[in-house]
Amino acid sequence: MNEAELTAHKHDKAQLGFWAYLMTDCMLFASLFATYMILRNNTNGGPAAHELFSLGFILVSTIILLTSSYMCGLANLALHHNRRKEFVVYLGATMLLGAAFLGLELYEFGHMIAEGHGPDASAFLSAFFTLVGLHGAHIAIGLLWAGVLVWALYRQGSNFDIKRKFGLFAIYWHFLDVVWIFIFTIVYAMGVAL
Amino acid sequence: MKKVPKPYWREQVRYAYAYVMAAGLTFFAFALAQGNLLSGSVLAAVLLAAAAAQLYIQSRYFLHLDEKGELPKWRIQSYLFTWFTLLIIVVGSIWIMFNLDYNMMLSPNEMTDYMLEQNAKGF
Repeated sequence: MNEAELTAHKHDKAQLGFWAYLMTDCMLFASLFATYMILRNNTNGGPAAHELFSLGFILVSTIILLTSSYMCGLANLALHHNRRKEFVVYLGATMLLGAAFLGLELYEFGHMIAEGHGPDASAFLSAFFTLVGLHGAHIAIGLLWAGVLVWALYRQGSNFDIKRKFGLFAIYWHFLDVVWIFIFTIVYAMGVAL
Repeated sequence: MKKVPKPYWREQVRYAYAYVMAAGLTFFAFALAQGNLLSGSVLAAVLLAAAAAQLYIQSRYFLHLDEKGELPKWRIQSYLFTWFTLLIIVVGSIWIMFNLDYNMMLSPNEMTDYMLEQNAKGF
């Protein structure tokens, strides 16, 4: 194997490993979705989903996360067409929007806990905070990851294999938005309407 | 298989298309959930269908799972297998727990009476 083949082979292996991780993560989210759907009516006399959630607020954060995912795709595209400046702008937008989403989620959680509707109030709220909180934790880790990429790119310049590494981050970030489609639909839209 | 790279603007248009479609489906779900047009299981079915449509759009245009010649086969295969397993977990859990709930909705005293009654029938 020559140098180029070896690099391509390593790239393939990293992709396979990362994809396997994402699929197992899918399973984890699936189990938590099932748990949430089973426990959603067990409110222990407390407020139910339709009394707690404001769908307009969630619509805003959903669109913010979707736009962040879109910006991440554009950044990946710019990178593959060697447009470094556009890449930096799109990556900045991705991170800012991701941080805004996380901020809104933390505000929502803080507000709920302050009103006495924390994860200890009922089985419904425990399931809710576990599912949505795990997604939020993934977003926080993604932001950290993007920050590390920016830092490494800044330190190492063109020696840093940003195309390959950002490709994995882009898959992760898109995947988180895919999970959010179902949180928006099942937890919030159905929670408010049904 | 060596691919001819698509022009930059055409790939940008693909992303923009997916973004508009996904946002549209989100607004659609929001409007249905807030409005009074549909309710009950019909609403639930339409909301889930909108989510599935958005899943398809994002998998295809953001995760690029449609590029058959360019992606390794294991990616789309493992993706479909994951969704298959995931549906078994979610639908199976809900089905079992619903039945359990339905069959166990007796107070402790009622349950004792019920079980004594069943025992009296013999095995």
